[in-house]
Amino acid sequence: MSAMPGVVAINTFREAVRDRVLYNLVFFALLMIGAAIIVGQISIGIERLVIVNLGLTAISIFGLVMAIFIGVGLVYKEIEKRTLYSLLSKPIRRWEFLVGKYAGLILTLVINTAFMTAGLAVALFYVGRPFVRSDASILIAIYFILLALALVTAIALFFSCFSSPMLSTLFTLAIYVTGLFAADIRDFGALTHSSFIKTATSVLYYLVPNFHDFNSIAVAAHGESIPFALVWQNTLYALMYIALLLVASSAIFSRRNLK
Amino acid sequence: MASQIPAIEITGLTKDYSVGFWRKRMRRSLDHLSLRVEEGEIFGFLGPNGAGKTTTLKLLMGLIFPTDGTANILGRPIDDISMHRDIGYLPEHPYFYDYLTARELLDYYARFSHYPAEERRVRVARVLERVGLASAADVQLRKFSKGMLQRAGIAQAIIHDPRLVFLDEPMSGLDPIGRHEVRDIILDLKTQGRTVFFSTHILSDAEMLCDRVAVLHEGKLRGIGSPGKIVSLEVQAMEILFEPVENQPLPSNLAQHATPVGGRYRMEVPEAELYRTINDLRSCSARILSVSPVRPTLEDYFLGLVERKPNAPVEAHAQ
Ligand SMILES: Nc1ncnc2c1ncn2[C@@H]1O[C@H](COP(=O)(O)OP(=O)(O)OP(=O)(O)O)[C@@H](O)[C@H]1O
Ligand SMILES: [Mg+2]
Repeated sequence: MSAMPGVVAINTFREAVRDRVLYNLVFFALLMIGAAIIVGQISIGIERLVIVNLGLTAISIFGLVMAIFIGVGLVYKEIEKRTLYSLLSKPIRRWEFLVGKYAGLILTLVINTAFMTAGLAVALFYVGRPFVRSDASILIAIYFILLALALVTAIALFFSCFSSPMLSTLFTLAIYVTGLFAADIRDFGALTHSSFIKTATSVLYYLVPNFHDFNSIAVAAHGESIPFALVWQNTLYALMYIALLLVASSAIFSRRNLK
Repeated sequence: MASQIPAIEITGLTKDYSVGFWRKRMRRSLDHLSLRVEEGEIFGFLGPNGAGKTTTLKLLMGLIFPTDGTANILGRPIDDISMHRDIGYLPEHPYFYDYLTARELLDYYARFSHYPAEERRVRVARVLERVGLASAADVQLRKFSKGMLQRAGIAQAIIHDPRLVFLDEPMSGLDPIGRHEVRDIILDLKTQGRTVFFSTHILSDAEMLCDRVAVLHEGKLRGIGSPGKIVSLEVQAMEILFEPVENQPLPSNLAQHATPVGGRYRMEVPEAELYRTINDLRSCSARILSVSPVRPTLEDYFLGLVERKPNAPVEAHAQ
């Protein structure tokens, strides 16, 4: 494996930090502090439920906004500002650049999520709940959120290889929302008598990534355990999907004429 | 010849762009360009705006893909990225990551040549000094002026001591000192045996530096050879600047051709009549301030190209 993507990834992370992307952590911290104080005053035994629910939802939404908005600009900005011209005259292949940009954003998301996780832990500690074994499901839920973010980033990157940031954002959001409700859409299709709708909805079900399975927020909030098989299933599913998207992105981007 | 394998070998390189919003048409920006640059040469790539110079360089760098034709750089096809280890490229109007400082930017680019940290530090410091950015090394690039960006661009093109350097209008945006420094850098590269391929529309730069030049016009190669062969040696006329004796009218033969410029006179005469004119000036005791050859500018040359019938032979300009 060549070291080129790594060099690009570190620089992408540095750009995010210097563009003050991590400032979102301040908002997350304020949210957690506010929630902890309010919940601490009610104190009717649902502190954990509320804090975990709120915390994980915030982690997911903050991450999503970041993945999409930075993701669609990863390649576009370098072409638009022509920073790519001198870079591609170095011994780096276009796919290496692409993978590096992708890895850089994933690194940013992981670090951002790690800080938010620490914030959530502090909030839980503040509302006075000792940590127990079933808290492992909170970590697994966060891992699933990261997998979903990695998938969303790959989708955003894919679209940004051939369309504008605006369109890429729309496409990515559309796929994400469809993916969240993919199972529902298929089930709805199965209820109808039209074989066309039946086929169309099940094709859609298999085509868009199934984001619903990556949502274990409620399970974690209720302190239930997450089956180990789901961890494997989600991991493999996300990795395969991401690999597919990166290969497709590389194929498109490598043939593209830069303005 | 210096080497068996040419530094650059371009064969029939052609690029069509699609233009128009509603009805897409193809526009030919580069038309079957073929040329060969030997190792160790300084090669000037001349042409008016829109001639296709930048298009050629972008094709060679693999930023865009040819409609037709091929090119080899240092004996390797242009889609072979491993060859990029040995080349440097200054894009036209370069722009860089504006959140980095010049030092960070160059360190970033040096990483692609796999230098260890210490060597990167030394190289970055040396090249910053070379392009005159040592005092701005730790300034973020978003605060750089146009000329400073141009210098940073030259620095990244030569930081890894490439065998072959492509420069797209290296003098653009530079003040006279900067232009002089860049000329020195290019000449230094030649002394070190490197090959330099640069585009420009400034004839004097090409004249001063180049072993050979190629002239491109509307995507077609219109001439290739030493700069003297192409334009500069065809002296059109001699320009004389003189001051007449005070309060004494000019003899009519001189007054006819001379134009007054702030108490002095300027006139252009054919080379053959130079001595006769000087004699005339002597007989009326005028003071001769300067005599200099009037050479066609590149603009004149380009105008000549435009006026010449298409497909007419480009006599005297061919190799
Ligand atoms: N992305 C593009 N799409 C369509 N046409 C283009 C594109 N880039 C360049 N062209 C056209 O190709 C022709 C050559 O352009 P090019 O930039 O190569 O000229 P140049 O010789 O570098 O000119 P200059 O001296 O102004 O830099 C021009 O007519 C230009 O309009
Ligand atoms: Mg140009």
